[in-house]
Amino acid sequence: MRHRARLLGLAVASAGLLAVAPRALDAQQMPPPPGPTPAPANADAQVALGHHLAVLGDCEGCHNRPGGQPFAGGLPLPTPFGKIFSANITQDRETGIGAWSADDFWNAMHNGVRANGSKLYPAFPYVYFTHITRGESDAIYAYLKTIPPVSYRPPANQLPFPLNIRVMVTFWNLLYFRPDKAPTTGPTPGQHIVQGLGHCGGCHTPKTFLGGDKAGHELEGGKLDNWFAPALNADVRRGLGAWSSADVAEYLKTGRNERANASASMADVVHFSTSQMEDADRAAIADYLRGHPSHAAVPAPPAPDAKVMAMGEAIYVDQCATCHAVDGKAVPAFFPPLPGAAVTQSTDPTTVIRFILSGTQTVATDARPTPLSMPSFGWKLSDAQVAAVATYVRNSWGNSAPVVSASEVGKLRGKVGKPVQKPSATI
Amino acid sequence: MATRLPSVDAVLVGFGWTGAIMAQELTDAGLNVLAIERGDWRDTPTDFSPAYAQDELRYYWRHELFQRLNHETLTIRNKASETALPMRQLGSFLLGSGVGGAGVHWNGQVWRFLPSDFKARSHNLQRYGKAAVPDDMTIQDYPVTYDDLEPHYDKFEYLCGISGKAGNLKGVIQPGGDPFEGPRQREYPNPPLDMPYAPTLFGKAAAGLGRHPFPHPAANSSRPYTNPLGVQLGPCTYCGFCEKYACGNYSKACAQTTILPVLMRKKNFTLKTNSEVIRVNLSPDGKTATGVTYLDETGQEFEQPAELVVLSAYILHNVRLLLISGIGKPYDPATGQGVVGRNYAYQITSSVNVFFDDKILNPFVGAGALGVMLNDFNGDNFDHTGLGFIGGGYVGLMQTGARPIETHSTPTGTPAWGAEWKKAIARDYLKTTSIATHGAVMSHRGNYLDLDPTYKDVLGRPLLRMTFDFTDNEHRMSDYLTDRAAEIAKAMGGREIKANYRKGSWDVVPYQTTHNTGGAIMGDDPKTSFTNKYLQSWDVPNLFVLGATAFPQNAGYNPTGTVAALAYHAAEAIKSQYLKAPHQPLVQA
Repeated sequence: MRHRARLLGLAVASAGLLAVAPRALDAQQMPPPPGPTPAPANADAQVALGHHLAVLGDCEGCHNRPGGQPFAGGLPLPTPFGKIFSANITQDRETGIGAWSADDFWNAMHNGVRANGSKLYPAFPYVYFTHITRGESDAIYAYLKTIPPVSYRPPANQLPFPLNIRVMVTFWNLLYFRPDKAPTTGPTPGQHIVQGLGHCGGCHTPKTFLGGDKAGHELEGGKLDNWFAPALNADVRRGLGAWSSADVAEYLKTGRNERANASASMADVVHFSTSQMEDADRAAIADYLRGHPSHAAVPAPPAPDAKVMAMGEAIYVDQCATCHAVDGKAVPAFFPPLPGAAVTQSTDPTTVIRFILSGTQTVATDARPTPLSMPSFGWKLSDAQVAAVATYVRNSWGNSAPVVSASEVGKLRGKVGKPVQKPSATI
Repeated sequence: MATRLPSVDAVLVGFGWTGAIMAQELTDAGLNVLAIERGDWRDTPTDFSPAYAQDELRYYWRHELFQRLNHETLTIRNKASETALPMRQLGSFLLGSGVGGAGVHWNGQVWRFLPSDFKARSHNLQRYGKAAVPDDMTIQDYPVTYDDLEPHYDKFEYLCGISGKAGNLKGVIQPGGDPFEGPRQREYPNPPLDMPYAPTLFGKAAAGLGRHPFPHPAANSSRPYTNPLGVQLGPCTYCGFCEKYACGNYSKACAQTTILPVLMRKKNFTLKTNSEVIRVNLSPDGKTATGVTYLDETGQEFEQPAELVVLSAYILHNVRLLLISGIGKPYDPATGQGVVGRNYAYQITSSVNVFFDDKILNPFVGAGALGVMLNDFNGDNFDHTGLGFIGGGYVGLMQTGARPIETHSTPTGTPAWGAEWKKAIARDYLKTTSIATHGAVMSHRGNYLDLDPTYKDVLGRPLLRMTFDFTDNEHRMSDYLTDRAAEIAKAMGGREIKANYRKGSWDVVPYQTTHNTGGAIMGDDPKTSFTNKYLQSWDVPNLFVLGATAFPQNAGYNPTGTVAALAYHAAEAIKSQYLKAPHQPLVQA
């Protein structure tokens, strides 16, 4: 009995540990955040490949903290049970991975095991990285060899006993980790990126209650750290079914397109990874995601209450139409349109509620340098009002999604904190 | 003891419109540029939320975006025989502070001066004779022409995405535009804003009187726009909170919505905020600026060496920093000698209210430069013979938004408070509109800026002293404009009108306009100007002074278009000429 309870506790905790770099850019987008680190000058072919792969893997997104040096780590990854800090992967021999051999690095990427033999927590996405080839691992290793050493020891993970004992991860691995016995770069370049280095499923695949990827539901949308990452499949309402491959590629490159803007953790991914990729990589990802089938049959939700819709519309016209326009069409590639939007229509309303409560920031890129934000309305709208306007945008202009209740809003408000209006300066 | 920092290629003092323009241009040329701004960092996504940007009490009445006068103000008097007293509340003009400067809370009225405005002295002498320009009217020709600035006006208009209708394309007058404007090379980047009812009525009445109305050129974007730098603006929502407010919709052009998203990403640009430059440092011979000294927010002093020093603060701050740093000869009104502080000018405004009984005007629908204007009485667009003044101004009906606390026009005879006042407001709010006039102020021997002998700022430095009054020329001109406005007001067919003439001496209390100019003007002669035509100091060739500081006198237009064009003109000269032979004068005295 005691043993079972402990195992269950570990598994539940691990659901949080799998969280992949869930952080938003700083609220203040200008000056923009540092990075991404450019490819080293005069690199040989292996190092150049390694940089290319490190971009695909968004290494810098996690192994970098605000105010810190690139790849020196120290970024806190919040889990329900405490914080895990990303590792220093610079060439410092004491605090980084300067003493690691190429075999050590491969063992970490492929098997989730550190040079000293201890287990990595699955916050490091080895469950996906296991699909890269040895040649790719060696290239990334060669690239990381060019990163100047930074002596910096990230803070100790803040995990309670027994989760702070790394050997416990062995049990989790038994349940959820299948090392790839014969990794190849196939079957398609897009699938190789998405399932491997890109580790898209870290956010976008639903998790079992024990925290592993739900088998057979790859990329159907996942909930993580009080965000819902929408489906990346052919579902027309909740996924990318209405997007062209060019739409996907544009979104990955510029952080926005005529259908959506990248914000929250996806802003980081665009900043450090997808905006830095080659066009061919983005096209390959787009083709794979567009063709990825949707298995979930979603029944049509019941029509929302007319009174709630009327209340939602009144709030929408007052508060939202300024940017999103009365017809919801907004200003494509600037203020995101709401009709047809996956974030708006996802069955799980977490993200749309959180946008209204806390606001969000769209990433700025070289191609689309204007930083944008949606302001928070949590300080001026009640739970019932947020629920009404969320229900309204989810069920207007051809949209369809389950109604949002005030209690759902209240629960999320408690978790994400109460946003405040910018305090007035004293005179 | 100041900490000496590593040298930079260029240091900019102040980071509003001109600072952002110059920084963008100089970083493009590969220079390592540092801008120092004494106010806060501010950006649209973080600070200008549409969820509360329209808070009238917070932003206008409590002055959140404006300069803090308990840190620094200026002293004011009408004439040299008076003792100047500190301005303890903002009134006649609203000074900015922080990144973006006053360009954050402007209306977005973007004009080009008339070709004849650049020849204010020679043109008027030629047309009206010597008597038209009295001895104590110290107006001068600009050292640049309209044609010199045309490409730079154009560049700024496309940067901002100005909404308007050209009136003169390469010399061909265009229907629907301003027929009096100088020739422009191409149409505005965006069509005019949609026009509300009151300006439309004004336009019809004015046209019926033979005037030439046209839509105001507006830095309020009439549609989504991506400027040549790749920075995006959103469409204006006509919320009516431009002047005195920041725009939460990315619709009003300011440094934040046009330049900073690109500039801030550059590796060769650095911005230091909450840091105040206290002086420009000179070499022992006084002929080279060696850099600046500034205090950071903790009060620590730093010396920042630089190869090139650019003053890009508001005009009053530029002039004061020159005086405090001992650069250039201070102006002495008794002798007329000296150049720093010389030819300070302002503008003169008036209005005419029109009250309707039968027309709902919805005045709360507004934008900063939303209106119908006419330039029939601006500059020298009309014959001044026998009028007793030179210069002019525009007349127009602008619907900038009838903010509820601020807006309470009442007809003549209404008490200033109480039940009758409330009744009049309730009756007239939706049915009242106002025509504005906006007139030039010529420079005058007795109007100038210097350092106050008594009052000091929070750092112990002398305050700037402003000695200014309207002269007979301005009053006659403004009365003439007000009469012309009243004619149109009557023709609009309302119940009654109320003409509000500008009477008496200039008063610092009621808001008039934040269009202060001069004090370190540009010219062809070092005896009567501080800079040459590239805004380069005659005395210190590696010092450039931007802004309306350079205007020899004020025109009847809002200054920002010309301020920006002059900044681009200077930047081009620095890039194409100065950098090839640094520290050398671009014009031989």
